[in-house]
Amino acid sequence: MITLPVASQKTSHVRMTLNGEQVDVSFAPYKTLLEVLREDLGHTGTKHGCELGECGACAVLLDGKPVLSCLVLGVECDSRNVLTVEGLGLEGTLHPLQDAFADLGAAQCGYCTPAILVTAKSLLDQHPHATRDQIRAALSGVLCRCTGYLQIFEAVESAMVKIAQQNGSAR
Amino acid sequence: MMRLPLFEFRAPRTLDEAARILDGQGPNTMPLAGGTDLLPNMKRRQQVPRTLMSLRYVEGLNQVQWSDSASRLGACLTLTDVAEDPRFRNGMTALSQAAALVATPHIRNMATLGGNLCLDTRCNYYDQNYEWRKAIDFCLKKDGTICWVAPGSRKCVAVSSTDTAPALIALGARVRLVSRSGEREVTLSELYNNDGINYIRRRPDEILVEVLLDSLHGWKSSYWKLRRRGSFDFPVLSVAAAARLSRQAVVEDARIVVGSAASRPLVADGASKFLLGRSLNSETIAEAAGLAARIAKPLDNTDFDMTWRKRVTAEFVTYALRELRGDDMHVERGSLTRHSFE
Amino acid sequence: MPIQKDSPERPAKDSPASAGEFRVIGVPRRRVDARAKVTGQTRFADDIFLPRIAHCKLLRSPHPHARIRKIDTSRALAHPGVYLVLTGKDLPIEYGILPVSQDEQALCLDHVRHVGDPIAAVIAREELTAFEALDLIDVDYEILATISDPEEALATPEPRIHEYGEEGNIHKRVALEFGDVEKSFAEADEIFEDIFFYQGSTHLPIEQHAAVAIKDPEGKLTIWSSTQTPHYLHRALAKVLQMPPAHIRVSATPNGGGFGGKSDPFNHEIVVAKAALLLDRPVKICLTREEVFYCHRGRHPVLMKFKTGVKKDGAITGMHLQTLIDGGGYGSYGVASTFYTGALQTTTYHIPRYRFEGCRTFTNKPPCGPKRGHGTVQPRFGQEVQLDKIAEKLKIDPADLRLRIVESPNTVTANYLRLSTVNLSECIRRVVKTSDWKEKFRKLPEGRGVGLACSAYLTGAGLAIYWNKMPQSGVQLKLDRGGGVAIFCGATEIGQGSDDVLAGIVAEVLGIDTFDIRLFTGDTDLGPVDLGSYSSRVTIMAGNAALQAAERARELLAEAVAIRLEVPKERLRFAEKSVFDSAAPEKRVPFHEAVCLAEARFGTIGTVGSYTPPKSPALYKGGGVGPSPTYSYTAAVIEVAVNPLTGWITVPKIWIAHDIGRPLNPPLVRGQVEGSVYMGLGEALMEEQEFRRLPKKLSHALVHKFPSMLEYKSPTSLDMPEVVTELVEEPDPRGPFGAKEVGQGPLLPIMPAVANAVYDAIGVRIDEVPITPEKIVKALAEKRAGRDPRYGPSHFPHVDWPEALRVPPPWEGGDGNAVNDVPRHSKPRPEKEKVLSS
Ligand SMILES: Cc1cc2nc3c(=O)[nH]c(=O)nc-3n(C[C@H](O)[C@H](O)[C@H](O)COP(=O)(O)OP(=O)(O)OC[C@H]3O[C@@H](n4cnc5c(N)ncnc54)[C@H](O)[C@@H]3O)c2cc1C
Ligand code: SF4
Ligand code: FES
Ligand code: FES
Repeated sequence: MITLPVASQKTSHVRMTLNGEQVDVSFAPYKTLLEVLREDLGHTGTKHGCELGECGACAVLLDGKPVLSCLVLGVECDSRNVLTVEGLGLEGTLHPLQDAFADLGAAQCGYCTPAILVTAKSLLDQHPHATRDQIRAALSGVLCRCTGYLQIFEAVESAMVKIAQQNGSAR
Repeated sequence: MMRLPLFEFRAPRTLDEAARILDGQGPNTMPLAGGTDLLPNMKRRQQVPRTLMSLRYVEGLNQVQWSDSASRLGACLTLTDVAEDPRFRNGMTALSQAAALVATPHIRNMATLGGNLCLDTRCNYYDQNYEWRKAIDFCLKKDGTICWVAPGSRKCVAVSSTDTAPALIALGARVRLVSRSGEREVTLSELYNNDGINYIRRRPDEILVEVLLDSLHGWKSSYWKLRRRGSFDFPVLSVAAAARLSRQAVVEDARIVVGSAASRPLVADGASKFLLGRSLNSETIAEAAGLAARIAKPLDNTDFDMTWRKRVTAEFVTYALRELRGDDMHVERGSLTRHSFE
Repeated sequence: MPIQKDSPERPAKDSPASAGEFRVIGVPRRRVDARAKVTGQTRFADDIFLPRIAHCKLLRSPHPHARIRKIDTSRALAHPGVYLVLTGKDLPIEYGILPVSQDEQALCLDHVRHVGDPIAAVIAREELTAFEALDLIDVDYEILATISDPEEALATPEPRIHEYGEEGNIHKRVALEFGDVEKSFAEADEIFEDIFFYQGSTHLPIEQHAAVAIKDPEGKLTIWSSTQTPHYLHRALAKVLQMPPAHIRVSATPNGGGFGGKSDPFNHEIVVAKAALLLDRPVKICLTREEVFYCHRGRHPVLMKFKTGVKKDGAITGMHLQTLIDGGGYGSYGVASTFYTGALQTTTYHIPRYRFEGCRTFTNKPPCGPKRGHGTVQPRFGQEVQLDKIAEKLKIDPADLRLRIVESPNTVTANYLRLSTVNLSECIRRVVKTSDWKEKFRKLPEGRGVGLACSAYLTGAGLAIYWNKMPQSGVQLKLDRGGGVAIFCGATEIGQGSDDVLAGIVAEVLGIDTFDIRLFTGDTDLGPVDLGSYSSRVTIMAGNAALQAAERARELLAEAVAIRLEVPKERLRFAEKSVFDSAAPEKRVPFHEAVCLAEARFGTIGTVGSYTPPKSPALYKGGGVGPSPTYSYTAAVIEVAVNPLTGWITVPKIWIAHDIGRPLNPPLVRGQVEGSVYMGLGEALMEEQEFRRLPKKLSHALVHKFPSMLEYKSPTSLDMPEVVTELVEEPDPRGPFGAKEVGQGPLLPIMPAVANAVYDAIGVRIDEVPITPEKIVKALAEKRAGRDPRYGPSHFPHVDWPEALRVPPPWEGGDGNAVNDVPRHSKPRPEKEKVLSS
């Protein structure tokens, strides 16, 4: 059962799964997921560059799919599953995407990086053998002003190879 | 950080309950679907409903029903659902292409079909923050007394900027609207007015529940969109074309729709009629393109120069018709939209 | 060549660190701040949340030009949740980045100069409350005439946007002549005259400017801000708040992109500082995207006229350049920008005589300033497109033409810029080869074409923004007993990798890993001054300072270790976290032990290094803009496809070669090249800082046409072409390990190369940027009508130019002074600084 809060209440309350962990959070009811994450949950890894859906810097995975947290109401996140950059790594190790981005110059100022990383993760979850065109298209919802994107594409490709190897050796 | 204004939030579970919430509220209560149009508008204080009614929890709005004679597409299907489902190809290719060309992958994951059809009209004197609009003393569409695009005009000429509406009109779609007082079915092309303020004939208490399509067996369709970049940008001109071709490639039925060139999608009746009984050779295409382009009346309130937008309309109609004929349009697709639709 | 006391200027091969191969420098390496960035832990300014924090919003002028008669803030102050409202009266002291244009107020006192000029500030518990309270401030304005562009500014001396400047609404006029240019035209076989327009554009860092200020526990001020220039902000705060600088700490948080847009001290920074002091609680501001467009300081729109004389073989006899510059509402870096529009023309090709006139006007728009390539991008566009026209007329391949006239290394140019290494020819040869230029130029089918262009850029501005004799950059090192090394430096990380430069250099010299290093940068309390991340100065200046500090530390360690190992100091090597005898590598001590030995011998080990650029031979007034320790060079070939019916233009591929000196960390260098290409392509094809003047009969409004990320078109991942990047390596004796700049130079050739490629593709000239389908279609219509197949400006308005300062070039007996001005140095220049003339 979802108990949906009403905005006339001073604060709203939701329970969601954030990076694999169940969290309860209270917040001002007008807030979007972006504001709830950053201001009420202390997860400042998710960035913002416009708050109007025009830059993609605020991307997170909501139930596995990349969405713009600046256009999702906090009150609509009850019972949902949110993944942010803080939840990418596993038990102290970096996700292969994070490693590749760090090594291959895919993060310059690093401001678009959290959004690009979670977006790329969702792509690779669905398409473990994504083509360059698929990568280009999947990332076309996040602007990067620093890199010119090419090193980002290469980092995604390099991570893809590494993930495939890991999966191969795990079997 | 741009913040939303305060609002009441309602989350009905059933259509009945939803209809009851909207009843008698007028524009003070607005349905919220994906929120990708309404929430930015609220942050910019273009629309300030007192109550938001979420459609997310209303049962049955995100389903597709297929049958041989007709299909029903739930209003809350996301554009990703539409763009990625291979069943929306062949006859419905235009819809699939239109959905795939909306905004960005992230937005398509949130944006709904119903929201796209109800999308507010756009104008670059209007899609601005509150402070900016204050600097031009506002305009007719919101809080002001003059239209800056056409200062002599009594009417707002903001632009219909939905991608899927032209495609669905070309496919002959109807929509089902439900309110407390009952429900009605409207041909999609009848849903719109050529008026930037009263652009839609949906009453504020009505919920767009589904899109209905008759069988498109034997039809082919295509959608072309003009925008500056490979993603993010709204259409500033679009052409949807659908046709049923005989074995000999003679046009038996056709509909051409020009989008983003007025406050509503424009049905190019003249051009569509002209095609009947003809085969899609270069002369026919050129003639039809000329006829269709004539109805486009772009104004200076979007990206790109308006005379140029007018000028290239015929070219876009040509692309659409050539694609229907079966030409390989890879290169043009790639260069115009950076999408190849493999 | 002058040897400066504090600048380790020597050929890289002499550096003991390079005796063997490098282990850090030049090796592809994870940058030091990468982990923080990929885990989302980098703390940008808006990521700072503190207990009791209050939020600030600014009320901005809705009028482009007005006087403020009265402000009433009482209703806003009474609004629940509002803590404080500030107006101009609270911060009346003027400031500005340049000493010559202290023309800004944190909150306008009585005169607003563009839509978006801040008037009042509301500080409240919630940002939403502060925003809503803005509407409760009542302002009474007296509307003044709107001045929307330079021509209007020239024609409208009154009302003045500022009370200072040359006259009327002319901010700055300059005229310089290096040799008799008229005579050079008389000697030419052909004379070319072209007018170009370069549209303004903005930086659009994805991070919006943000700042948080606190009154710290001792009662002093600390401000964290997304700034590229903490030192200059520090000075501005001291001035406006009238506080001793010692009581102000500025900490530049890592910038989420800067590109020059965060290089001025900003009103919002000063406002939150004041508010924090008054309220004694943390105050934060984060600008909205629209407000970032109002801060602007971006690319100046420039109208320019080039007159160039050439010989039949392509040799340039002389050039006369005039620029008319739209400055917007404030000075910002504008005086420097004005000089920059004429400064670097001489650095790429040999121009024996050169005349430059520039004029910057005030207009009622957000102020322009430095954007990547500051002031040199616009005239570079004109120069490279004109050169393409010259090549066409002379029937010489444009690549060959350029190769004939490239300026020589170690030269002093007509305007007294001293060049060091110049590898432009090699850059041209590389792109000609990789792009298959000879098979493509004028040979591709109709609608496809290639274009070539070149450029040069500063490796750090030779002079500070305020006159002083101190170094431009300083570094302190602290070595601890555990083998850790801390670097303290004012340099600011804006994404370009400045932290990594410092760490890489120190690690190389001391033979340790960059992971052993801790960085304290961009903080005015913690590190010595570095002037900031602008003019591509950090690698060479902070880098050389770090090199000097590290070498001094190594010296101390070597002395102590030499005694312990009983080997001559000169034989010691620092590598693999050890210090060892290069003749007998098994004789070694671990690095941390070396530190302990040194500490036992000399006391606590800390060293300093600093860097002052070499003195410039340009002694004339205005000669302070343009000199640099060395210049980077770039060449690019771009392929375009143009649809002849719609004018639709796409760029499938770009080949670029950059004269880098030596890449310190290769993936970062490539990233700077590709990032520059990206930004250049945006300017070439779609980006515009455009304004809308409403019909004059109905309104005085002049607004930014679309201050949003949606309508300001920054290319997406789908719009980025394939780029082939080549690095040309010849270590420059002035760069640390031979490195030159890379953050800005590679942007410059992109726009002209696109324009030249469009001509190759469909035979029309687009003499302005952005190059859009609409303009191409118009030019094609001209072509079909048998007229000049061109789109671009056709006239350059009359400007009352001042008498030019006449500076004879070095080869005409000049000494760097103007003959019609008081000489700057009465005595002849010292022997060691003698000017090399070609
Ligand atoms: C950066 C950006 C780029 C964009 N680019 C494009 C583009 O290229 N093409 C394009 O077409 N759109 C574009 N959009 C607009 C928007 O994302 C889409 O139109 C989207 O489909 C809207 O759907 P939604 O579900 O998000 O609508 P919402 O924002 O939830 O609603 C939009 C409007 O429709 C009403 N509404 C929604 N659903 C119903 C319903 N079932 N019954 C009755 N009324 C309803 C709402 O009350 C509101 O008035 C863009 C938006 C952004 C922010
Ligand atoms: S068309 Fe006119 S009235 Fe309508 S939004 Fe634009 S300026 Fe306003
Ligand atoms: S912050 Fe720009 S899209 Fe959400
Ligand atoms: S790395 Fe700076 S915006 Fe992408």
